[in-house]
Amino acid sequence: MTPPDPTAVQPIDLRARMSWRVIVNHAMTAAMLGAVVLIAIPLVLVLWSLLARGASAAFADFPAFFTKDIPHMDTQPGGGMGPAIVGTLLVTGGAALLAIPLGILGAVYLHEYGKSSTFARLVRFLSVVMTGVPSIVMGLFVYIMWTMRFGYSAFGGSIAMACLMLPVVIRATEQMLELVPAHLREASYALGTTKSRTIVTVVLPAALPGIVSGCLLAVARAAGETAPLLFTVGAASEINASLFSGANTALSAQIFANATSSFPEAQDRAWGAALTLVLLTFAITLIARVFTARIVKR
Amino acid sequence: MVTEATASTASSTSASPRPRGNVPIVEVRPSMVAMLDTAPVVFELADVEVFYGAFRAVRGVTMNIQKNQITAFIGPSGCGKTTVLRSLNRMHDVIPGARVAGQVRYHGVDLYGAGVSPTEVRRRIGMVFQKPNPFPKSIYDNIAFGPRVNGVRDKAKLDEIVEKSLRGAALWDEVKDRLRSSAQGMSGGQQQRLCIARTIAVEPEVVLMDEPCSALDPIATARVEELMRELKHRFTIVIVTHNMQQAARVSDRTAFFTAELDSKTEQRTGQLVEYDVTSKMFSNPRDERTENYITGRFG
Repeated sequence: MTPPDPTAVQPIDLRARMSWRVIVNHAMTAAMLGAVVLIAIPLVLVLWSLLARGASAAFADFPAFFTKDIPHMDTQPGGGMGPAIVGTLLVTGGAALLAIPLGILGAVYLHEYGKSSTFARLVRFLSVVMTGVPSIVMGLFVYIMWTMRFGYSAFGGSIAMACLMLPVVIRATEQMLELVPAHLREASYALGTTKSRTIVTVVLPAALPGIVSGCLLAVARAAGETAPLLFTVGAASEINASLFSGANTALSAQIFANATSSFPEAQDRAWGAALTLVLLTFAITLIARVFTARIVKR
Repeated sequence: MVTEATASTASSTSASPRPRGNVPIVEVRPSMVAMLDTAPVVFELADVEVFYGAFRAVRGVTMNIQKNQITAFIGPSGCGKTTVLRSLNRMHDVIPGARVAGQVRYHGVDLYGAGVSPTEVRRRIGMVFQKPNPFPKSIYDNIAFGPRVNGVRDKAKLDEIVEKSLRGAALWDEVKDRLRSSAQGMSGGQQQRLCIARTIAVEPEVVLMDEPCSALDPIATARVEELMRELKHRFTIVIVTHNMQQAARVSDRTAFFTAELDSKTEQRTGQLVEYDVTSKMFSNPRDERTENYITGRFG
């Protein structure tokens, strides 16, 4: 009998062994996959029904739907959403111009200067409270403070929406400023840079992509708001390109008005308007992203 | 200031210098020490204490730092070397709750006195940090940041400063063709040299370095050390390091810090144990704690 060769290579088994750990691992992976699918279902369905029912109305006679006036009668077929597109752009644009600079400046104050002072804590608290105010209450507030004095206009809607956007912009910006690494600030201070200069040249550029995301979220949410516009913007069926004078309309308001009509012609226009609103929001997001990417690269 | 007399009494305890660990023994020539002593004083620290809130991190630091020398701070972790370093250019101002007591005089002026602008202090006293921290901008914009902040607008002048600073940091040849690409795509060693170039671009009088090589490999470390030896002709350098060989290699003077447990407060407070010419410090330390540390018996 020869003794076993001590230098012989013993084969070892490196395959995963069946155990609870492996089973739980697979089960969790499956559960997560299921959750993803579950979340995606409503999103896909919404987009699908929008495309299926809105595309025929919106793109049947391109680009008529996007330029033509809104018909006065619900029973009238065709027509377009031109005035509503202009109105949405005016109202949302005005709201963004009011809320974004104010919100970013406010967040910079809160995070960089106010910190945990009593005043800053009060402002932060009020901003959280403001997030919880229903949009229709905000519309009513602007109706009383603005519309009753100056009449219906796109700008009234802008004010109401800016009030809704402001807390979102403040919170998103403050969170992004929080994420800017301290070593970047220190590097700037060590070069003899003042605090304000450091914020403008180092902190804000580093936080920019996040701030843009937050602002986009706020804009997209505002663009879809209907309730505050009912009081403040009024109604129009022709294009009104003035921000400050005359009643106007918006896509969200038109979706509401047309979808609640009992006539199929109007319902078609509602689907078309809904698709237009989604595409518009998508376009704004895309433009802002490309723009940010270009700035960050520079 | 240590005189020849104290040095000779210290060495009288042992007839000849014993080898200590793997630190090379440097022969101390009296002429060398005399030359180091005549350099003008840049910083005078008198009984400096630093607090983080109620916690006293460092106490009783009294020392002079001299012009165009490399002064190294060594000591175990948590002994307050970095804390003292940051008190030299008012970097504690940006940490909420941090406070400096005692006096830090810079060219005779109390840095924490009334009317002293931390911004102006930091412009004259630059700092290189432990972790390379380039801005998320291009290589060029990183270097040009400081000069721009200080009012240089002229493009040709900026180009000149960028080239000079990068050459000064021995980085120019490696990056001259990609000045417009992002600084964050560079290797760690390059990033740290970029940070040094960025610091010297504003022409400071003093450069503080907080463990500048701790994230670098030996080759990058050697380059940075070589750079320090060149830079000391233009600047005064104070460096914090964990690496005793590094202190022995590059510094003219070494300060040894350690943390002592305060029996009353149960807190560990850093303090300066010994401060001397580096060659003396590594061959003939006066304090037993220093000897234990540099021979690797603790810390």
